[in-house]
Amino acid sequence: MKSRHKRLAIAGGVLASVAVIAALVFNAFQSNLVFFFSPSQVAAKEAPTGRSFRIGGLVQEGSVRREGVKVNFVVTDNVKAIPVSFEGILPDLFKEGKGVVAQGRLEGDVFVAREVLAKHDENYMPPEAAEALKNAQKVNERAARSVVQSSPVAAPGGRP
Amino acid sequence: MIPELGHFALWLALATALLLGVLPLAGTLRERDEWMALARPLATALCIAVGIAFVCLTASFVRNDFSVLYVASNSNSALPLQYRIAGVWGGHEGSLLLWVTMLCVWMAAVASFSRHLPQPVVARILSVMGWVAVGFLLFTLITSNPFERLLPVPADGRDLNPLLQDPGMVIHPPMLYMGYVGFSVAFAFAVSALIGGNLDAQWARWTRPWTLAAWMFLTIGITLGSWWAYYTLGWGGWWFWDPVENASFMPWLAGTALVHSLAVTEKRGAFKSWTVLLAILAFSLSLLGTFLVRSGVLSSVHAFATDPRRGLFILAFLVIVVGTSLALYAWRAPRVGLGSRFALLSRETLLLGNNVMLVVAMAAVLLGTLYPLLLDALGMGKISVGPPYFDTVFVPLMAPVVFLMGIGPLARWKQASLPELALRLRWAFAVAVLAALGSGWLAGRIAPGTTLGLLMAWWLVASVATDLWGRVKPREGAGIGARAALLPRATLGMMVAHLGVAVFIFGVTLVKTFEVERDVRMDMGDTTTIEGYVFTFRGVRELDGPNYRAARARVEVTRDGRKVADMFPEKRIYRVQRNPMTNAAIQTGFTRDLYVSLGEAVDGGAWIVRVYYKPFIDWIWGGCVLMVLGGLLAATDRRYRSRAAASVTPAATPAAPPPLAPAMRRVGTLEHEAP
Repeated sequence: MKSRHKRLAIAGGVLASVAVIAALVFNAFQSNLVFFFSPSQVAAKEAPTGRSFRIGGLVQEGSVRREGVKVNFVVTDNVKAIPVSFEGILPDLFKEGKGVVAQGRLEGDVFVAREVLAKHDENYMPPEAAEALKNAQKVNERAARSVVQSSPVAAPGGRP
Repeated sequence: MIPELGHFALWLALATALLLGVLPLAGTLRERDEWMALARPLATALCIAVGIAFVCLTASFVRNDFSVLYVASNSNSALPLQYRIAGVWGGHEGSLLLWVTMLCVWMAAVASFSRHLPQPVVARILSVMGWVAVGFLLFTLITSNPFERLLPVPADGRDLNPLLQDPGMVIHPPMLYMGYVGFSVAFAFAVSALIGGNLDAQWARWTRPWTLAAWMFLTIGITLGSWWAYYTLGWGGWWFWDPVENASFMPWLAGTALVHSLAVTEKRGAFKSWTVLLAILAFSLSLLGTFLVRSGVLSSVHAFATDPRRGLFILAFLVIVVGTSLALYAWRAPRVGLGSRFALLSRETLLLGNNVMLVVAMAAVLLGTLYPLLLDALGMGKISVGPPYFDTVFVPLMAPVVFLMGIGPLARWKQASLPELALRLRWAFAVAVLAALGSGWLAGRIAPGTTLGLLMAWWLVASVATDLWGRVKPREGAGIGARAALLPRATLGMMVAHLGVAVFIFGVTLVKTFEVERDVRMDMGDTTTIEGYVFTFRGVRELDGPNYRAARARVEVTRDGRKVADMFPEKRIYRVQRNPMTNAAIQTGFTRDLYVSLGEAVDGGAWIVRVYYKPFIDWIWGGCVLMVLGGLLAATDRRYRSRAAASVTPAATPAAPPPLAPAMRRVGTLEHEAP
């Protein structure tokens, strides 16, 4: 084989395999994207029904109920709230009144979480949860309703 | 006083780094020997200055000097000494200082182990590293000064994040940073070779041990991180495809490709441009990792602060580094020339294939990590890409790499023959298939995924064995022992590292297939049985630690009526930050781990308990340790140590054909002759 042909063959082979792989990667990517919705968006039926997604907000005070290994709680953005059910052990920093992000799917009106993520330190709030709160608050103010009492942890705080 | 001294030392370091970046480099361009000769003294001075700053910060931590803001935010007088020292890198500012310190360690190593290199080469390399130091020192001084004072002085500190109060904290970050920063050496070698125009086999031989060393540290760092997450997070997982993990995994993939590509450049003079590109890529990914982790764009335990200036600074630095080096590459690389020719089927093409796959895998990880951040930055919504994506993508990408890994070492350089390879590997393949089915059957299930994993592991073992036998079988009067003694360490290192991959895959496959995870509610005396192990809950009692209170449970494990272990999982509340922490109890065995962690207390003394059975999980880290060992063997190969042989070659001439040193030719011949 001439060296020019050889180089062409190598380049072609590499390109073809990279193309195949790229197709595979993008396909896997498309089908595994997880979108984020706030409780308000879920209440407005914007969230998909047959697919898993993430929600975030605050764990409503007094909403955590345990039945053996099962837990039920409510995630709120101070405007709308969604009931969440979860089976298993919650992260250490899961607390009422604190930020949380959960991944799972809607079954009826209940969000069945497969995974619950909480913040990693005392002042830290998952950015998704913080944003959901912020957006909900904005909408709320625009609607000129009574001002929702702002939560004790409103912004993603760093250390002092 | 001590903090001010440290702060002053940092400014001094910045000035020295600027001089180091300018003078020796200018010396190489103007051919001024006395300027070039400044490289080593300036590098030494820089190391001393940074060393002083680091010691000052450590001293402030040890002395509980809460007038320093950083100490007050990350330490506490009740914190045990080892965590006060580790607290130095427990936050953003200190970990940057650690970064710079590591850079200085590498710089000192380069300065002292480069006596055999021509002066202009050393001058250029140290200058490039000097510029990297300038970037990071500026970053530290402008946006994240660790020596900032706090007034009024608080009575006590806010304590180190409880998650970080673990022996892992003492060793994982320094190792990981040694790895990250170590790629700056390969980067400096590549950039200086681009500037000097002496990209040749000699250059590859100089770069290789440094790259291997950086790769080893990165491997150790990632392994420790994975192990730490396994026992400390209480979830029993060993890899979560968390963006922060990906940030360290991407340079690892690029570094692995670089190690292999360097082998080709050294032996055959080929792939020079590609190797340089990989060196640039590996270091850029290290910087990207630093950016992702430290800028606060990711929500994770690793992301310390959300100061937009910081993220912006690293991003700008990243753009400058990548931009400059790529521009230099575009300008100089076309003059490098191609190396020696090789046939369509040869060890070169097989290594090229492996390289392409590794880089593609890296790109896939990059996509999954950056795309959500990009969408978020553009305000197009929040998404996340979870483990399913990475799992789906990684297996099909790595399967061909592993297959090639078995063939590559047996193929000849320049021209290999398919029939010969097939002939030599037919038994290895047959053995691998039988062993995969056999071990799957023994373990209790023959499923496609499991069998594929086992096949990959056994294929590696069998092909390494074939390779080894080919190299040591008695021939021409030389017995096994004599021929084995002649095996170069680099070859042995390669085999050990590849066996490490086999062990790793074996562990991953068995854990994924046969692990049992169960969350149960347990009251005093309750039992649960997993894989023949009976776990009995014997209650919880309170106890006091140095800076926490803990609820400690006793879980008794028996099997066939015989006691296996008493396990003591804990739930701790740290006094200062009031955060709960889970300390899992793990009973490690050669073929399985038993893992018990406490969830939360429920009504009347009962607890939700997580009970796991993890077969062969320690093999995952064992495989990584083998890879590191292989890297160590290869990095200490005789040809990198024989100064005499290296100094025989004339000072590198621009774009000269690769001059092979006598010693290397000898070693090389031995390897080529191996059938």
